[in-house]
Amino acid sequence: MTTETLTKRPTYYEELRGKGYSRRDFMKYCTMMAAFMGLQQSGIAQIADAMKKTPRIPVIWLHFQECTCCSESFIRSSHPITADIVLDQISLDYTETLMAASGHQAEEAMQKTMKDHYGEYVLCVEGSVPMAGDGEYCCIGGRSAKQILEETAAGAKAILCWGSCACNGCVQAAKPNPTQATPIHKIIKGKPIVKVPGCPPIGEVMAGTLMHIITFGTLPELDGIGRPKAFYSKRIHDSCYRRPFYDAGMFVETFDDENAKKGYCLYKVGCKGPSTYNACGIMKWNAGVSYPIQSGHGCFGCTEEKFWDNGPIYARMPEAGGFGIEATADKIGMVALGVTAAGIAAHAVATNLRKKEIVDNLIEEGKESEKEL
Amino acid sequence: MANRIVIDPITRIEGHLRIEAEIKDGKISEAYSAGTMVRMLEEILRGRDPRDAWAFVGRVCGVCTTVHSLASVRAVEDALDIVIPPNAEHVRNIMFATQYMHDHVVHFYHLHALDWVDIVSALKADPKKTSEIAQSISNWPKSSPGYFSDLQKRLTKFVESGQLGIFANGYWGHPAYKLPPEVNLIGVAHYLEALEWQKEIVKVHTVFGGKNPHPNYLVGGMACSIGIDDASAINAERLQLVHRLLKQAKEFVEQVYIPDLIAIASFYKDWGAIGGGLGNYLVYGDLSPNGYRDPSTYKFPAGAILNKKVGEVMDVDLREDNEIQEFISHSWYEYAGGDDAGLHPWKGETKVKYTGPKPPYDFLDVNEKYSFLKTPRWKGNAMEVGPLARVLVGYGRGREEYKEVVDSTLSALDVPIEALFSTLGRTAARGLEAKLVAHWALEFYDMLIANIKNGDTRMANMERFKPDTWPKEAKGVGHTEAPRGALAHWIVIQNEKIANYQLVVPSTWNASPRDKNGVSSAYESALKDTPIADDHKPVEILRTVHSFDPCLACAVHLYDEEGKHISQVKVL
Repeated sequence: MTTETLTKRPTYYEELRGKGYSRRDFMKYCTMMAAFMGLQQSGIAQIADAMKKTPRIPVIWLHFQECTCCSESFIRSSHPITADIVLDQISLDYTETLMAASGHQAEEAMQKTMKDHYGEYVLCVEGSVPMAGDGEYCCIGGRSAKQILEETAAGAKAILCWGSCACNGCVQAAKPNPTQATPIHKIIKGKPIVKVPGCPPIGEVMAGTLMHIITFGTLPELDGIGRPKAFYSKRIHDSCYRRPFYDAGMFVETFDDENAKKGYCLYKVGCKGPSTYNACGIMKWNAGVSYPIQSGHGCFGCTEEKFWDNGPIYARMPEAGGFGIEATADKIGMVALGVTAAGIAAHAVATNLRKKEIVDNLIEEGKESEKEL
Repeated sequence: MANRIVIDPITRIEGHLRIEAEIKDGKISEAYSAGTMVRMLEEILRGRDPRDAWAFVGRVCGVCTTVHSLASVRAVEDALDIVIPPNAEHVRNIMFATQYMHDHVVHFYHLHALDWVDIVSALKADPKKTSEIAQSISNWPKSSPGYFSDLQKRLTKFVESGQLGIFANGYWGHPAYKLPPEVNLIGVAHYLEALEWQKEIVKVHTVFGGKNPHPNYLVGGMACSIGIDDASAINAERLQLVHRLLKQAKEFVEQVYIPDLIAIASFYKDWGAIGGGLGNYLVYGDLSPNGYRDPSTYKFPAGAILNKKVGEVMDVDLREDNEIQEFISHSWYEYAGGDDAGLHPWKGETKVKYTGPKPPYDFLDVNEKYSFLKTPRWKGNAMEVGPLARVLVGYGRGREEYKEVVDSTLSALDVPIEALFSTLGRTAARGLEAKLVAHWALEFYDMLIANIKNGDTRMANMERFKPDTWPKEAKGVGHTEAPRGALAHWIVIQNEKIANYQLVVPSTWNASPRDKNGVSSAYESALKDTPIADDHKPVEILRTVHSFDPCLACAVHLYDEEGKHISQVKVL
């Protein structure tokens, strides 16, 4: 980052002070950020320091083959909220979804950022790039997605791939992938790339990843395929509150059955939680309200490569294609199920005996009532 | 001589839209609307499990999230003759209403407002006067002079930073902006408040569908079981959360959105005579307290209006071969039987064939094919779909609720009924139906509670969920009213798999290219004769195009690589 831009742009600290926040407020904010990122006490000073010095980083946000669910998810972030990110944290210089300018003026805004902040802007990409033909399956301003991506990537400090479209091609890359929808890392080489998959990713995960880069000036620690470990290192299955039912072999057999009403495990109706890495079970969605499993539907693995071809959605995992699911876990589940089934059967017999007693009593009572009439 | 201008990208929409317009004597003489991105989901769906289709087509659009999933499960349920339980109907209706309120508010403030509200002018506002105006139009509590003064300081600081971000290069200061600085400041305040509010209302989807965007649906009902004595299911706590969110949404719509809409509209009455376009309107209808299968009770009644004859609403049949048809005369597709044919979606025979210029290009050849959108027609007529169509059909069908909101708004603005057929009318209609939907949402909530109270806790009908219970061949159609207009999906199932899947979506109706007779669709028609003050800053084009709330990822028609005929499939 050049000195010139440092002096031009106000830092976060200056921004906050300018809005009337005290230094104490600022430190509280930094503590919150540190806690949010899972840092120890020593990390707070680091954040405070970074935020005092760092000016608002320019961001170019591109849209290619996508459905805009990632942008929508991003604006659902509850901490920080979008208005604060956009007004105080970053300078969102180009995004087709929100920017005021259209056409030439929009293109000019992008060109200006690419020129003035060469080497220091963050490039966010939402969507895959169709490589079929001459790139005609996605054109903006008369240029193909591939041309635009290559041009904007050249001066980017880092590339953030939002959602499964940019990370693995998502739905348009499902077989037979007619437009040759291609994820970003297969086109751009030699640039730091962070993948934030999901359809869409959780809003706070998107904001959290962006905030990590802004506050530390470094990329978050990534897993083997380029996803931030903070959000993608645990399987849904290992963080799922319904896991004890799996271990006990207690499953929903069909949607809305008695077991579904009791919140048993959804494995047998197709849940792909055992092979999906995401933070849904821990952070949940929309400020912690719920996540797919909590609302009764299995996970269909939207953060994983080729997940659209790993279905059908309602087939239990060993029957679904593509998953290298641990057969042993399934067997353990089966064994446990057998044991529990015997238990349930015994319980049912006992219940029925008790019910019979009640019914018999009712019949007697009824006969008495009839006499009175 | 006409001057050709291009706006690409049209921003503040979903997807990739390009408008080319010819300007002559300060007016648009011809306009051309082109969708420039395609993903071909229909081809991807072929051969898959019909029960999975909702998830695939849900990804057609993340802005009008849920609407495609809803149309899809209905298409499959129609094909397999599955009747869903009343609770699932109510939950789907509540999710539908949630989507409307979210979508319409976000459209008004984040996608459309900047065409009318000048952010830079807001810096000159007097906070005290702003407060007086705000309090005179609404009871919304955030309206003190201090509130507006703080906001203005924040905005000033932001502008002075020199990094205007999303507000950079707007048409600020353009003579077409007519609002006083104070009303602009109110607009900016509510832009930010709406941005924060919108993340709340969607929590209704999270309760029932596990997440938003893209909540989960289920063929046969909904996956969120009711278990009023269990923490894992829909219980009193979950329902209370939904209730509170719906009430707050109604407050926001009534106290922020509607007063702002009326206040802003009162400065732009001239737009009540601009951007009318076709005068033909189409609605498939939706939202029944008695179930989707009972169209007579739809709160959005179905119907078609031609030539602005609101008093003569005609019936619409989605299954009829000669009513809804798609044409490709100016679309980058080819038909085996010649490019001038019109095909009903169940006979959809489509194949992408790009014949446009090789990118990079400056202009499209609008005399030939120029868009990835097909051109749908109803009985051969170009139709406008969306909020204005729904409000006019509801009005034309004589529904009291519609008459009340329409008449009171017209009288508040002191404009004649003809003002509805315009850019302003379209934008106003969106607000009016948001007001109706906010009210209906609570009605559906009450129905859900009443039904559970009566002892019915069923949420899904799984009798025909297993493929071995299905006929060998079946076909179905599922429709809804997406926020942007009439939406339907047509499915053909053979041997437990999807044999064909077709979507005809709102923005295809509105944004499509000309038909074989050279007749324009809604955008192109509405743009014609629009005055343009400055060729380099065509804010007027954005106003009219945005009044339709474009959603292009949906609109791009999806294709069948083999050009397979499905007409031989027997109707079951």
